[in-house]
Amino acid sequence: MSNFSTIQSAARQQWARLEESPVPVIYVGAATCGLAAGAGNVLHAIRQTLLELQVEARVVPVGCIGPCYLEPLVDVRLPNHPRITYANVDPSRVKRILERLLLHGDPSADLAFAHFGSNGDPLTAGLPRFFDTPMMRHQVRLVLRNCGFIDPEDIEHYLANDGYAGLNEALGMTPEDVIGMVKEAGLRGRGGAGFPTWRKWQICRGAAGTTKYVICNCSEGDPGAFMNRALIEGDPHAVLEGLLIAAYAIGAGHGYIYINSDYHLAIARLRQAIAQMTTHGLLGERVLGTDFSFGITLKEGGGAFVCGEETALIASCEGRRGMPRSRPPFPAIAGLNGHPTIINNVETLGTLPHILRNGAAWYRQFGVEGNYGTKTFSLVGKVRRPGLIEVPLGIRLRQIVFDIGGGSWKRFKAVQTGGPSGGCLSEEFLDLPVAYEAMAEAGSIMGSGGMIVVDEDTCAVDLALYFLRFTQAESCGKCSPCRVGTWHMVRLLEDLVAGRGQPEDLAKLQHLAETVKRASLCGLGQTAPNPVLTTLRHFRTEYLQHAKERHCAAAVCKELVEYRIDPARCNGCQRCVEVCPTHAISGARSEAHRIDLALCIKCKACYEVCRYDQLAGNAVIFESRRSEQ
Amino acid sequence: MNPLDTPEAGAGTDPRDYHDLFQQFKGQEGELISILVRVQETFGYISEESVRRISQFLRLSENQIFGVASFFSKFRFDEPGRKSIKVCMGTACHVHGGGFLSDTLGWQLGITVGQSTKDKAFDFQRVNCLGCCALAPVVQVNEKIHARTMVTQLKEILQNRE
Repeated sequence: MSNFSTIQSAARQQWARLEESPVPVIYVGAATCGLAAGAGNVLHAIRQTLLELQVEARVVPVGCIGPCYLEPLVDVRLPNHPRITYANVDPSRVKRILERLLLHGDPSADLAFAHFGSNGDPLTAGLPRFFDTPMMRHQVRLVLRNCGFIDPEDIEHYLANDGYAGLNEALGMTPEDVIGMVKEAGLRGRGGAGFPTWRKWQICRGAAGTTKYVICNCSEGDPGAFMNRALIEGDPHAVLEGLLIAAYAIGAGHGYIYINSDYHLAIARLRQAIAQMTTHGLLGERVLGTDFSFGITLKEGGGAFVCGEETALIASCEGRRGMPRSRPPFPAIAGLNGHPTIINNVETLGTLPHILRNGAAWYRQFGVEGNYGTKTFSLVGKVRRPGLIEVPLGIRLRQIVFDIGGGSWKRFKAVQTGGPSGGCLSEEFLDLPVAYEAMAEAGSIMGSGGMIVVDEDTCAVDLALYFLRFTQAESCGKCSPCRVGTWHMVRLLEDLVAGRGQPEDLAKLQHLAETVKRASLCGLGQTAPNPVLTTLRHFRTEYLQHAKERHCAAAVCKELVEYRIDPARCNGCQRCVEVCPTHAISGARSEAHRIDLALCIKCKACYEVCRYDQLAGNAVIFESRRSEQ
Repeated sequence: MNPLDTPEAGAGTDPRDYHDLFQQFKGQEGELISILVRVQETFGYISEESVRRISQFLRLSENQIFGVASFFSKFRFDEPGRKSIKVCMGTACHVHGGGFLSDTLGWQLGITVGQSTKDKAFDFQRVNCLGCCALAPVVQVNEKIHARTMVTQLKEILQNRE
């Protein structure tokens, strides 16, 4: 394979030039999450400052490194020194940081967050290593290895960091050996269900017909999940390399990437990456000089949660409504346009290059028996350190929530894994290992990686209603258990949060949930009741409080909450009078104000202003009182 | 072309617009969703005229096209307001009080989710997840993300009607 080694060594030389760059290099985390936090303005400020200071430096926009709460992140590397990270960089601080560092060699220890080198460099004395910081220490970065380090728009960066070496290995083996290797590694689908990847492949490889397809599933429709998008934005070639490996293993000549059309940056990166692959001979006829030929097409989805389901995804790819069909035949036998088709999740594909390059035994060192490898999660909600994380399977939930996430500010209540299809796990499950079977036993699922932490300010009934409303709206309507069942569940839950519920509704809800779970056609309906079933099990008291006492302990359910102003604390500053959208608050200056409950829409504006405004006296109280009926 | 620049009556009526747009495609049924995405990007929404044109191009019935387009939450069939306000309804935003934002915004604008104000100044949508959960709760106004938005900040956001 002299062909590949030529490409690789050329890339390595280019990478070395960047690594040994005689001018400073500035890396800016500019994935969607970073841009939302203001990385675009920071990037602009950096370029402006460099012009002002008349310093030559390279500016490289990179992907998301994980700790979203630190965005926008800027790394600066002086020649022959490790990268220094600055967190929560504001455009106004850019000049100070760059001026001190680039002109005077002063890393501004008060502003710097961490460094990426080995300890001992005089420049970074007193700073922690980035990977020793609390959020990063417990993580194992395999799939996300390159995110935040390489320029995602430059294939040479990927090639220089062992990119496409896995594909090169695979092309030197027989497809059967590739499948065998993935089997030995024990890789399971990262989309949520955990079906062994190799078995799916083998069925498809054995299926009749010469036209076969492989599809990368980047539908990612669940709210609160952004792992797949972050991976594509930060390291698109890793996913594409995985797609090629999968295609080679099953004998597919064409691949599709089904991606949410709202992922603009990810789509742009993929298009660019595909063009670069073609010019490097990694795509098209005779990939790397072998007999394997392959082409890739991007398919944009219209944003439907159900399209994460394999048969619905295929329908959507064919230009039809994204509705699932009954199986068998499974897509591995008859999929896209009737041909055998494999659908793999983005993260599954992103893992493949590592297995092929380093071997199955290497991969099995991560994780636990039966659940090998790592899994990425988007850890969000009421945690101190939200972000994108990657952990070895088998890790305890407690470690994720408390060691990595830093716990919640108020009392921890529960963690919802697997998004709307998953379950709400209370405190007693914190020592549960993150593994497919263990999560399923607890009534939840591993899911694709959304992990939402909630604290005592979240109402379990309201949370269940939130998820049910989502799945009800996203239900495609094909089968009645899901279409009608979720609708009735939403109605029952709405009654409960509005204070119209009865204690017997709980039994009705339970019965309905179990029916929907058993009778629905596809994964959406089969898992939709999970949030209800788990909250009913672990937070039954809260349900009963809503039904019997019209009381919401978290004071979230609007109908059960009343606002009032404590006259003893109100200093009459009139700030709340100004912000109230319905003019429900009245009162002269320096006199205690009053809320007209008939006009109050319980929007929380007065509470916020009274709580946080310096002039105000924190006098607005909202609470849910118990009332026996 | 910026959808906000198109004159009201002429949105997507010029056959040349479609000619350029359709040129990127082969005319296969499987391209329908991509075409709908392009049409919405170009004209801001899917008009009856657009559906007619797509129907002719792909040789599919208009009903079939409406059927597919209405299935996906992304597509809309009425002209959007000039300033698009999207309130994120992701789980992280929900537990951080995103529901309060959308309720209050609706009250302040005098419209419900999915509508635009009479003067077409604002367009009010809810989206499932904007994907910046660490900044929850978020409101997106055109391209700008307002992070950790409080109810009290909404008035400010609405002040500029252009």
